[in-house]
Amino acid sequence: MDLPLIFALVSAFAIAIYVLADGFDLGIGILFLLAPRDRHRDLMMQSIAPMWDGNETWLVLGGALLWAAFPVAYYVLLPAFYLPIMAMLFALILRGIAFEFRFQATRFRRVWDFAFAGGSLLAALAQGIVLGGFIGGVPMHDGAFSGTAFNAFSLLGLLCGAGLVGGYALLGAGWLIWRTEGAVQVFGREVGRAALILTASMMTLVSAWTALTVPEVAQRWFAGPQVLPLALFPLAAAGVSVLIGRSLWSRRETRVFQLTIVLFLLGFAGLVVSLWPYVVPRHATIWSAASDDATLRFVGVGVLIVVPVIMAYLGHAYWVFRGKTVLEAHGTEEARPAAPPVGRRATASETALHLC
Amino acid sequence: MDALTLSRIQFAFTIGFHILWPAFTIGIASFVAFLSFRWWRTDNPVYGALMRFWIRIFALGFGMGVVTGLVLSYQIGTNWSGFSRAVSNVLGPFFMYEVMTAFFLEAGFIGIVIFGENRVGRGAHFFACLMVATGTLFSASWILASNSWMQTPAGYTLDADGLFHVADWWAAFFNPSFPYRFLHMVCASYITGSFVVAGVSAYHLWRRQHVEVARKGFSLAMGAALVLVPLQLVIGDAHGRNTMRHQPTKLAAMEGLWDSGSGVPATLIAWPDMAAERNRFEIAIPHVASLYLTHSWNGYVQGLKAVPAAERPYVPLVFFAFRIMVGIGIVLLILAIIGGVLRWRGRLFTTRWFQLAAMAATPLGFIAVIAGWTVTETGRQPYVVYGHLRTADAVAPLAPGAVLTSLLMFALVYNLLLLAFFWYGARVVIRGPAVITGMHPNAVRPGLEQAGTAVLGRGRALTTPIAAGE
Repeated sequence: MDLPLIFALVSAFAIAIYVLADGFDLGIGILFLLAPRDRHRDLMMQSIAPMWDGNETWLVLGGALLWAAFPVAYYVLLPAFYLPIMAMLFALILRGIAFEFRFQATRFRRVWDFAFAGGSLLAALAQGIVLGGFIGGVPMHDGAFSGTAFNAFSLLGLLCGAGLVGGYALLGAGWLIWRTEGAVQVFGREVGRAALILTASMMTLVSAWTALTVPEVAQRWFAGPQVLPLALFPLAAAGVSVLIGRSLWSRRETRVFQLTIVLFLLGFAGLVVSLWPYVVPRHATIWSAASDDATLRFVGVGVLIVVPVIMAYLGHAYWVFRGKTVLEAHGTEEARPAAPPVGRRATASETALHLC
Repeated sequence: MDALTLSRIQFAFTIGFHILWPAFTIGIASFVAFLSFRWWRTDNPVYGALMRFWIRIFALGFGMGVVTGLVLSYQIGTNWSGFSRAVSNVLGPFFMYEVMTAFFLEAGFIGIVIFGENRVGRGAHFFACLMVATGTLFSASWILASNSWMQTPAGYTLDADGLFHVADWWAAFFNPSFPYRFLHMVCASYITGSFVVAGVSAYHLWRRQHVEVARKGFSLAMGAALVLVPLQLVIGDAHGRNTMRHQPTKLAAMEGLWDSGSGVPATLIAWPDMAAERNRFEIAIPHVASLYLTHSWNGYVQGLKAVPAAERPYVPLVFFAFRIMVGIGIVLLILAIIGGVLRWRGRLFTTRWFQLAAMAATPLGFIAVIAGWTVTETGRQPYVVYGHLRTADAVAPLAPGAVLTSLLMFALVYNLLLLAFFWYGARVVIRGPAVITGMHPNAVRPGLEQAGTAVLGRGRALTTPIAAGE
């Protein structure tokens, strides 16, 4: 049995779940300060408050999985991306703790607004910088990272960062359309367009820039007979982007969220095509980086038994908090007067801030 | 300073800061689960109010634990690549299992615990609390097994490249010091939690506010302390004897014992002088260390001079940290016993000075936990995997400037976090438990949901029933 291959699939699954799950709640954070009113921010935060911890746990799983299954990647890539990873951790600390403190805050509410939004934005950017650096490859010598602290930063990383910010914001907008109503939902629909434009343009730029600057990746896409089937990926991504644009004001409220997931998966598949089978690009493959068979088997048993159970009760938690988000008092919040019932366009024109 | 020293400071600081929160949440999670169970079974609103109050404080501490724990799972790779390379086959799976069996369990149910009381039944809410409490204990098992393996490695083979391979998973997990360290830490967390509950309840009693709820909390906490603190002394004694068998140098540093011998004295206080290899200003009681370490009057105990100077930890740190931990243990034991006597006399809730003493004791558990971990972590230096991998060989190839930057950021951010935690924690404490009204403790704020139903003309909103008068 090819254990490293199985663990590569498990890792891909965990990364995909992390990006999608934490993606929408980082996205809520990115959109946070753009929301017109404080009570809209309350609702946005409430809509993800029961889930964010579970979403972020996939990131912890990613770290542990990398260490257990592909230790070479763990101890080469993490020192290589020291500064962006530290930045991401600080950002996640600030945004994570903002959940607990903002609910309690009255006087310093604004501070936690900025901590939540700034942390989410910085975390997405830092993840993009790591991704860009990963595609570009890290210098490795004698089984250890051999570059400097600033090797991690590249133009490609910045483009990836902008792309992830856009993509997460789009997921967040999709979540708002799905899980909220009224002015917040309208806000999600409005801001979704800007997020979509940013995402689509950055996906294009990243693909083009990678093809131009990383010859090994260009070889994958353009040399040989696979060029035709591979061309389906960018075409599909373009098609999905157009569909998202047309669904932003659709009455099918889950559509944008679903399509954005598809867009992310297409981008992820593109990455796999570019980098397979490396875990440290052009230096270590999943087979050369894997840990002992005994270790993989021991972890594999756990993955096989525990992960389905995890999926079941995480699903249950989502089910308990299903439907449109309702504000519930948490701390000192006193009841606020109900907004007058208004129609869709009326609500839209009433919101103070229009982005598009 | 070089990257090694900076990385050590950073790791000590981040893990020391992190351990405060598990020490707090392990105890409080079990307490909340107990309260939820009583609320479900007895229908006594005091339990409901107490549970909701402690869930609010628990949520703050839990959030701190989650975000500071995330840092650690990456820092092992970013700063300690030599270590993570050598032990990946052994500890990687333990961390993986910790995430799978503990973190997801906590994350999957914490939302229901905090926000879900009105959405699920009381039995289901209790189950969620129980799962969170179980998660904290699973987490403690895996992480303490990992730490214990680094202290007393077992069930492994070591190859020529310096990589550890596992020969026996059972032996690696249940390594010689794991059962003792696990019980010692979990008991310490429960005691820390008990004295936090006692201190906060004493504050309410002292101000004569929320008296009914505060009495229940104070009674439960002091009752738990009366059982747990003596138990901790027994576990601590067993743990110390285990350390003597497997890490004699650490134990000698704890005792400030330089010369091996029989019938060794217990050093109460001294200044261990590492250069002169002896204690200055020593006050010691003959034979007593042999008595409590070997349970015999003339038992043999190995001293620091049995190993070369390069193999010894920095003795004063281990020596004094150990005394702080034991000293706090004794203070808490006295408090627990006084609490028992006052209860017996029927004056537990009315003795004003004891309320002040209980408030003053609130931080002691945390200080003891930090001191205890200082003993165990600095006591095994210069090794990170005892006897096999030196800390100096474990560090990653990093630029000192990069580590210094992150260290300063951690110092800044963590101190601000602590400040914010005290600020908001104090507010929750001062506000106290909600007034017991009965049915719907969490007021539902009517607002967007009404408008929202009208916006798209269909009511798919899941509205929580709004209690009359709210």
